[in-house]
Amino acid sequence: MTTRTIEFREALREAMSEEMREDLRVFLIGEEVAQYNGAYKVSRGMLDEFGPKRVIDTPISESGFAGMSIGAAMMGLRPIVEFMSWSFSLVAADPILNNAPKMLYMSGGQFGCPIVFRGNDGAGGQLGSTHSWCVESMFANVPGLKMAIPFTPYDAKGLLKTAIRDDDPVFFLESERLLSIEGEVPEESYTVPFGQALIRRPGTDCTIVSFGRPLYFCLEAAKTLAQEGIECEVIDGRTIKPLDIDTIVASVRKTNYCVVVDQSWSFASVGSEIASQVHQHCFDDLDNHVMRVHNDDVPAPYAYNLEQEMLPNARKICEAVRAVTYNA
Amino acid sequence: MTTSSKPDITPQSASLKAKGPSTDLLKQWLRDMLLIREFEVRTMQAYQNKKIGGFCHVYIGQEAVAVGCTAALEPNDPVVTAYRDHGHALARGMDPKYGMAEMFGRIGGCAKGKGGSMHFFDKEHHMYGGHGIVGAQTPLGAGLAFATKYEDEIINGGVSNRVTLSFLGDGALNQGSFHEAQNLAGVLDLPVIFVCENNGYSMGTAISRGTTMGHDITSKAAGYGFDSAVIEGMDVIEVYEGMKAVVDKCRETSRPAFVDMRTYRFKGHSMSDPRKYRTKEEEQQYAQDDPIDKLANELMNNRGLSRDEYDVMAKEVKKQIREATKWAEASPIPDIEELYRDVYVEKFGPYSGTSLPAMLED
Ligand SMILES: Cc1ncc(C[n+]2csc(CCOP(=O)(O)OP(=O)(O)O)c2C)c(N)n1
Ligand SMILES: [Mg+2]
Repeated sequence: MTTRTIEFREALREAMSEEMREDLRVFLIGEEVAQYNGAYKVSRGMLDEFGPKRVIDTPISESGFAGMSIGAAMMGLRPIVEFMSWSFSLVAADPILNNAPKMLYMSGGQFGCPIVFRGNDGAGGQLGSTHSWCVESMFANVPGLKMAIPFTPYDAKGLLKTAIRDDDPVFFLESERLLSIEGEVPEESYTVPFGQALIRRPGTDCTIVSFGRPLYFCLEAAKTLAQEGIECEVIDGRTIKPLDIDTIVASVRKTNYCVVVDQSWSFASVGSEIASQVHQHCFDDLDNHVMRVHNDDVPAPYAYNLEQEMLPNARKICEAVRAVTYNA
Repeated sequence: MTTSSKPDITPQSASLKAKGPSTDLLKQWLRDMLLIREFEVRTMQAYQNKKIGGFCHVYIGQEAVAVGCTAALEPNDPVVTAYRDHGHALARGMDPKYGMAEMFGRIGGCAKGKGGSMHFFDKEHHMYGGHGIVGAQTPLGAGLAFATKYEDEIINGGVSNRVTLSFLGDGALNQGSFHEAQNLAGVLDLPVIFVCENNGYSMGTAISRGTTMGHDITSKAAGYGFDSAVIEGMDVIEVYEGMKAVVDKCRETSRPAFVDMRTYRFKGHSMSDPRKYRTKEEEQQYAQDDPIDKLANELMNNRGLSRDEYDVMAKEVKKQIREATKWAEASPIPDIEELYRDVYVEKFGPYSGTSLPAMLED
């Protein structure tokens, strides 16, 4: 494969464009995706290539265009719905949670919903509480949907292609803070399967599990901890639904310690779910209970210092790892 | 849907009426508009200098709307708006230092640095927020009107006597929440006026591309049975006079109304907007319709305002904003404990009797 270094946003664009070239049923719809080239320039140039009937600008009507796209998916089209931010998907909560993930079940298997909802998730940098939602825990609670959170440009392309080809609704969570990072991405078409976690840094002393942007904080923490003699194994879950618990369990059986880092709030969260599953599978292997690092349990503040403190930062991860491995 | 990419608004440089509000009032409005303009100019600078983070939307060009609308209100009439909210807060009477401190993320800010540019609040001045989610403030506006009416009639046993202004951008015309808010306001006879600040664009989307009947948005309000008005928003006197009539009627009848307020934002949508969706010619055309110049000219040509007087006023305003900025910079960043305060009321402590949180000594 020929690889070159491209930005995360370009990787996303390639995934969409390749799939749109392959499959006429695929189209992109959302606010400012066409003429403005995307609020974050993810879809730059796509209007020129595919025209306004397949790259469709919408009014600020999330409930309307999400619902409309679900209707189109019931008819067999394969919409990619861009939310400028997942924070704005909340006004479309009914269609994306009540219609898309339940359609197949509710219709007794007659109507599927092959649709991708994608956009920025998580803190974008002092955007305040209305614009800083981490929707993963809240939405992962709903059966019938799949959820992917890419961490690298390589995964951004591969996972998004898998999402577009998937016959079920996929919630695809990007991060504004990652869009400009660069990485090696093959020019050719490839996919990254759902449900396969990846070890981003091997280690023997403590397993750290995370998804998406917080993995940066995890890797930063792992570096610091290595200097203290604690070798962490950092696992990128890649998809929350399906969850690759096997890779996590295998790692914990080796390290005997586990810290889960999840940028959503702690109560009833992805983090609490993983902790629970690890406790269930690794009860006899664990030398301490699983520790979790989350966003603090408060709405996202605007002030820089408060926001930094609220996020699951490297300092908090280091503290958690030290605390959990104190008896090693 | 029409496909023209031009906004359906045209500048009108009709000269201001000589009659109308007193000269002193006009001077006050000029000062108010200059204050907002200067505040926004400093805001943009501070943003470029990275003193302000997050999303930031300035009000330059639209000053006449907030100032003229506020002038048509009683001081205790509630106001709520979207994220382009600095002008409304200042027009309502908020000291600019609290706004600047908010954007600097300082404890002295109008929301203790927790809200930021998009979420200005000021209870003392009946400003119920800047709201970041497009359309979200419109049902809230209906709710504020519901509450004033409830309080006036049910709790105080009198007649409904307050009017709520719920501002929205033209982009919010397309949000479901706005339509539900209008219907509720109609069904429940709420004294709320939805003022659509129709600046022709929502981000890069010209109104004709985003909303059906974009050339005549009052037709939508007609569907809800509302009275509506089209008001020239680049002219503060027209804004005031137009709004005064709508506000007075709303107060009297306790019926909702809708206003198509024709205006223009001179700058980009936010701090990172190259404005490729509109032409330089269009921008230049509107620049000639500057609401501040227009009122200044009226005052100088017909009301005896001297150039010197104007310069003094502009200087004072500059000084006030400079001092506000200094004050904001001197305000400390919030303590980490502040992160956990205000999540629930029991942590809030005794209400201080002002909308503004514990401030530095003046
Ligand atoms: C529900 C929702 N969707 C999208 C956005 C992103 N967004 C912020 S402002 C804006 C444009 C709004 O334009 P308009 O209502 O005309 O107000 P203006 O910016 O012109 O004042 C968009 C799309 C948002 N804040 N909320
Ligand atoms: Mg607008």
